This record gives sequence, structure tokens and C-alpha cells, in this order.
Amino acid sequence: MNLFRALLSLLVFPGLLFAVPMGWLMLGTERKLTARLQGRIGPPLSQAFYDFVKLLAKAPVPRPASDRLLLTVLPLLSVGAMLGALALLPVASPAGGFAGDLILFVGLLELAPLCSVLAGFASRSIYGEVGATREAILSISGNVPFLVALLAMAASAGSFQLAQIAAGTPWAVRIPGLLAVLLCLPVKLRLNPFSIANAEQEVLAGPLTEYDGARLALWELAHALEWVVLAGLAAILVLPFRNLPLAAGVPLFAAASWALVPLLATVASATARLKLPQASRFLWRWALLASAVTLCSTFFLRDWRP
Amino acid sequence: MSPVLQKPLLRIVDRARRKSAWLFHFNAGSCNGCDIELVACLSPRYDAEQLGIRLEGSPRHADILCVTGPVTRSTRQALETVYAQIPDPKVVVAIGSCPASNNVFDGSPVVDGPLGRIIPVDVYVPGCAARPHAIIRGIAEAIEILAARKEGRP
Repeated sequence: MNLFRALLSLLVFPGLLFAVPMGWLMLGTERKLTARLQGRIGPPLSQAFYDFVKLLAKAPVPRPASDRLLLTVLPLLSVGAMLGALALLPVASPAGGFAGDLILFVGLLELAPLCSVLAGFASRSIYGEVGATREAILSISGNVPFLVALLAMAASAGSFQLAQIAAGTPWAVRIPGLLAVLLCLPVKLRLNPFSIANAEQEVLAGPLTEYDGARLALWELAHALEWVVLAGLAAILVLPFRNLPLAAGVPLFAAASWALVPLLATVASATARLKLPQASRFLWRWALLASAVTLCSTFFLRDWRP
Repeated sequence: MSPVLQKPLLRIVDRARRKSAWLFHFNAGSCNGCDIELVACLSPRYDAEQLGIRLEGSPRHADILCVTGPVTRSTRQALETVYAQIPDPKVVVAIGSCPASNNVFDGSPVVDGPLGRIIPVDVYVPGCAARPHAIIRGIAEAIEILAARKEGRP
């Protein structure tokens, strides 16, 4: 992976130029579908774009300089981490990635909830602190099954490289692993029934309560990118992209990750918010079960190679 | 900024402001009548979200401040804080008869209203309680005022 290709995947595909409109489209689809399922017409698909522009064009209330620095760096870091994680996704590039990029990918992916927790505490608002605490607890419960499933798939593919995991994991491991990843997606995207950290009737906007204007716009952007990364991860596990030309790979990747939105939106509008102990119990019981099945089938298939 | 770039940017910002108004609801001692009607605006029957309207939990996220109730003495300070926390451009909508005229609470020693005496009000929505249609109309008027505001424009 030379510098030029790395920059290309960071800034063009699947990075900035592709991911930002894609993320907005996914957020718009989610809101539209939720509205339709509730018998409403709902906002246009481009709503997330308008929200972003409007937030950028607000004049924030003045703050002390120390606050300003921290409150700007955290969302920027979050956006950067998401772009980095996106650039590592092995999409439609034959020899993309490098040995061990799974570890970097997971690290970058986890930076976003970490930034969000820090943002909640840095804002020194009681709602931000409660939201950040909830986010931290939920992210630990969600990450255990998520990481176990990813590691089991890596072990069965015999590599820590995302491209080889996507291509070489046997289906007996991949299906339970995918199930565990899918169970953790609403946790990571803060959707119902796991919208506990940003529960607007309880803790206002959670960690983001004190953010305004462009800083809030950056958080919204990071959230949109988070959708693209996580849906993209599921997409490359469902459809292993191997040696596809870019003209076919890009639409296929976009369609596969977009197809996940209806699933998540339906689950979100069909369920009510869980309490924190209920959500943790659910994750430790059912998502971890799926991860355990992944681990077991990895163990039984350890001598089998395709 | 060069005028060539500024004009299309201004148009995008104006359009975005028209399409994405976030509300913050402040209850200044209301009887809950107007509050229920405001929430009804977002229900499937009236569906104000079509206009990009969203009810936000934090005043820092909001564009439009919706105030219900005559401003009682105990809510006045909070109202002033919340108004100061909303980033510019902001528009205030007074929902119902109470913030307009104190309604039946006029002359009470615990009422500091009407609202116009405390913060600048842009749109008054009449009614006791105000009907959801009237509230949506008032918010639509507020959105037009919001889009015309100079603050924060490129």
C-alpha cells in the first residue's frame, strides 16, 4: 500500500468523497423509513445534508479558550478516526491493506465512542456526564462480543489482514460471526433499543448536550461516517469483494451497505429503549452466545482450509 | 470571500435553514395544554418532521425557541439562561395566549410575563390552547424569519 493509494482510499473511495454523501444518505434513509413505519411522511432523504450545512452556518455562543480547544479537538479526532477506519476497509482493491490492519481498524473504530465519552465529561454538563457514563458501560458490553467475533474470524482465516478475513473465513464461522456483529451494530450506532446514551427524553442529547454550531456538525458527520464504516464492515463480510473492477465494486459496496439500513431502521422503530442493565444482560447473553458459537466453529474447523 | 463563491454558498445556507429548523421547547409555567399541542405537531397526524423540524433536548442545538405559559417568577431566570445558550441566528415563538398577554394569570404576583417584556418575541401563535395547525403555521413563519437573519452567514 503506497502513499498515493493510501491517500486515494482516505480521500476518495471509500473515504471522504464517497463516505460523506453515503453517510448522509444512510441517515436520511433511516429517518425516512422510521417515519414511514410510524405512518408519517417524514423528512426528505437529503435531510442530513441540510442539517449539516445549517449547523455550520450558526454562530456559536462564546466559550473560554480551554473549553473551546477540547470541544473542537474531540469531534475532529472522531471524524479523522472514522475516515481512517474507512480507508482500511478492503473494498474493490485487489491487494489493499497490510498485515495486521484489523488491529488498526478496531482501534480507530473504538476511538469514536471513546471521544464521545470524553466529550461528555469535557462538556461538564450533568447530562453530558450521565450520557458519557452510559455510553462507556454500553460500549464495553457491546465490544466484548464484537471483538470476540472479529478475532475468531481472524483466527479461522489465519490472518489479521481485513482483506484475507473477508475472503478466507469459512462460512460456518462467518455466519455466527456476522450475527454477532449485526447484534452489536445498533449498540455502536446508538439506535433503539440501545439508544441509551443519547436518550433524549432522559438525558437530553447525552454526551453532545453542550455542543453547538460547527462542533455539533462535526459530531453529526462523525456519526454519519460511523454508519458507513460499520455497515461497510458487515457488507464486506457478507459479500467478500475479490478482484472486482472498481466500476462494479463501488456500486456493489454502496448497495450492500445501504441495504443494511432498512434492517436497522425496522428493528429501531419496532423496539422501545431498554434500561442499561437490560441492554447489558442482552448483550452478554445473546451477542456473546453468537460470538461463542463463532469461536467454537473456529476451533472445530482449525485444520480445515479452503 | 470572493463574491463569485459567496452567492451560491448563501443560497445553500438559506435553503438549509429553511429545511432544518430545530426546536427547543420551554415551559414557562404553562398549564400543559399548549405543550401537548406542540408535541402533537410531531405526531403522525400533523408530522412537522416533513419540514425538517426536530424537537431537540438541548437549547445549544436549537434554532427556534418555543415558549408556552406566562413567565412565572420561578422560570424567568431559566428562560433567560436558555435564551442566551441558543446560538445565533435564533427566533422566538410564543405559543398560546399566556406568553402573549398572561391570559387568566394577568395581575398575579408570581407572574413576570408577558414574554415580550423579557426576551424579544418574533412570532405569536394565538389560542388557548393553540391548535397544532396554528403552531405549525407559526413555526413556518419563524423559519422564514430565521432564513433571513444575517448572523452566521458566509
